[in-house]
Amino acid sequence: MTPIDVARIKADFPILKQQVHGKRLVYLDSAATSQKPLAVLDAMDRYYRETNANVHRGVYTIAEQATQQFEGARAKVAHFVNAHESAEIVYVRNATEAINLVAYSWARANLREGDPIVLTHMEHHANVVPWQILAAERGIEIRWIPITPDFRLDLTNLAELLDGAKLLAVSAMSNVLGTINEIRPLADAAHAAGAHVLVDACQAVPHLAVDVQAWDADFVAFSAHKMCGPTGIGALWARRELLDAMPPFMGGGEMINQVTLDGFVPNEVPWKFEAGTPAIAEAVGFGAAVDYLTELGMDAVRAHEVQLTGYTLDRLEQRFGDNLTIYGPRDLAVRGGAISFLFDGIHAHDISQVVDEEAVCVRAGHHCAKPLMKVLGVPATTRASFYVYNDEADADALVDALERAEKFFAF
Amino acid sequence: MPGLEDLYREIILDHYRAPRNRGELPVPPAHKVEGFNPLCGDEVVLYLVVDGDTVTDLKISGQGCSISQASTSMMSAAVKGKPVAEARRLIRAFKALMSIHESKLEGEADGDALAADLEGVRLGDLEALQGVVKFPVRIKCATLAWNTLQQGLDEVESS
Repeated sequence: MTPIDVARIKADFPILKQQVHGKRLVYLDSAATSQKPLAVLDAMDRYYRETNANVHRGVYTIAEQATQQFEGARAKVAHFVNAHESAEIVYVRNATEAINLVAYSWARANLREGDPIVLTHMEHHANVVPWQILAAERGIEIRWIPITPDFRLDLTNLAELLDGAKLLAVSAMSNVLGTINEIRPLADAAHAAGAHVLVDACQAVPHLAVDVQAWDADFVAFSAHKMCGPTGIGALWARRELLDAMPPFMGGGEMINQVTLDGFVPNEVPWKFEAGTPAIAEAVGFGAAVDYLTELGMDAVRAHEVQLTGYTLDRLEQRFGDNLTIYGPRDLAVRGGAISFLFDGIHAHDISQVVDEEAVCVRAGHHCAKPLMKVLGVPATTRASFYVYNDEADADALVDALERAEKFFAF
Repeated sequence: MPGLEDLYREIILDHYRAPRNRGELPVPPAHKVEGFNPLCGDEVVLYLVVDGDTVTDLKISGQGCSISQASTSMMSAAVKGKPVAEARRLIRAFKALMSIHESKLEGEADGDALAADLEGVRLGDLEALQGVVKFPVRIKCATLAWNTLQQGLDEVESS
C-alpha cells in the first residue's frame, strides 16, 4: 500500500488552488459532496468535445464511442464494488434515487400491508422518507434500530426487530456520526430472518474498500459526487436475479425491448431501469473518478482518513476540552472522517458562519438526519468531514477558526 | 465583501444572549404556534395572547442560531402590547426589509413598492437585522419568527 501523498493530490484539484476571502480554501465538507480532480473534469470535457452522441442508438463512429465509454464506466463501477457483473449496476441520479427505485419497484411488488421493515436511527432522510411514503401508501410497519451512548447501532433487540421483517435498510457509514456499521453480520441476521438487505453506501464507497459480495447485501446505493465524480449520477447495485424480477421504475425510451399499441416488453437489466437519455458525460466522469480512486488505492484512502481523523479528534479535545461535544465514536476503527460537534451554548450555524471568514468550509445543520438529531437531543451540529485532499494543515486551520468562533460568541 | 460585523451587530448578540419575553404561557388562554426552519433546524415557539385587537402578552421559546433567536426576541419586544393591526404592519415591513435587497438585485419592479410599504413604519432596533440580507442563506433564520407570528395571528383570527 502506497501512502496518500496529500501535497500531490491537492495539486490534482483545481478548486483547492483558489483563495476565498483572500485565504487558502480549506474544504471540509466532503461528506456533502467531494471536490473533483482534473482527471474527472478532463474526461467529461473530452467526452463533450470529441465523442458526444446519444448512447445505444447510432451506428456511426462517435455514437459507438459514446456507448463504449458509457458502458465502460459501468464496468469500472461494477469492478470497484466487486459486483458479479456490470449488469448489476443501474445508473441513477444519486443514492437517493437508488433507494427510491428499490422502494418504488421492488418494495411495491413485494411488500403488503402490515409487513415490517427495519431502519436505524442514524439513517439519512434518503433512507427514511421513501419508506415513510410507502408506509403511508401501503400500511407497512417501520421498526427502528436505536443507537448506543457511544453512537453505535444498538443490536440488543435485533432478532426481535427482524422477526417477520421483509427488509433491513441500513447505512454503512453515518453521514453525521461517522459511525461505520459492519454490514456482514447485519446481512446474515436479516437473511436468517428472511429479510432482504439494502445498504446506503453513500458515505462508505468513497472512503473504504467496499465489496458487495463480501457484504452479502441485496441492494447497495451510492453517489458519484461524493467520490470525486460529478453530480447527477450514482449507482444502484442489486443482485441480478432481483433486478430481473423487479418491474420497471420509470417508462420511456431505452428501457423497452418492444412497444406496440397494446403494450411493451421491458429491456434487459440494467437498461430496464434507465428510461430516457441518461447522464452520459456524468457516467464518463464517474468512471474517471473510479480510476482516480483505484489509482490511490482504497486501503490507502482509508488509512489516511483514520490518521487524519485521529489527529483532529485529539486536537479538538486538547484545545476545547469540555466546551466541545463530539457526536460520534471515539474508536477510530469504527468511524470515518465525518466529525460532528457542538460548542456549549453556540449554535452550529453561527460557528459555520464565523469559520467561513477563515475560508474553512464546514457544514452546519441537521445533515438530513432529523430523526437522529432528535435522538441526540440537539437541533443541529457542525460537521467537518475529510477526504483524500485534506491534511493536518487543514485540521489545524479548522481548530484555529473554531477558536476564533468560540471567542466571538463568548458571553 | 460583507463582514461578520454586518451580520452579528452588538444589539443582535445582546438579544441572543439575553432573550426578552422568554418562557411559556398556559394554553388556553394563550395560543401556541411553532415554526421550523428545515434548513438548519431552527425552532421558534410562540405563546400569543390576543385580547380583542391587541397582542396583550407574548412569550417565546425554542432554539436555534443567534440570528433566529435574536430576531424572535426582538420581534417579541416589538409587538407585545401592540394592536394586531400594527403587529401585522411590522411583519410586512420586516419581511420587506429582508426581501428588498434581493428583489432589487433581481431587478424586480416591486422593489420600489416594498420600499413604499416600509415608509412610516419604525423598525427601531430591528433595523440591526438588515445586515442579514447580505448573507442570503441566513435570511430564513431572521424571518422565521415573523412568519410564525403571522401564522399565529391568522390562526387566532380564524378561530
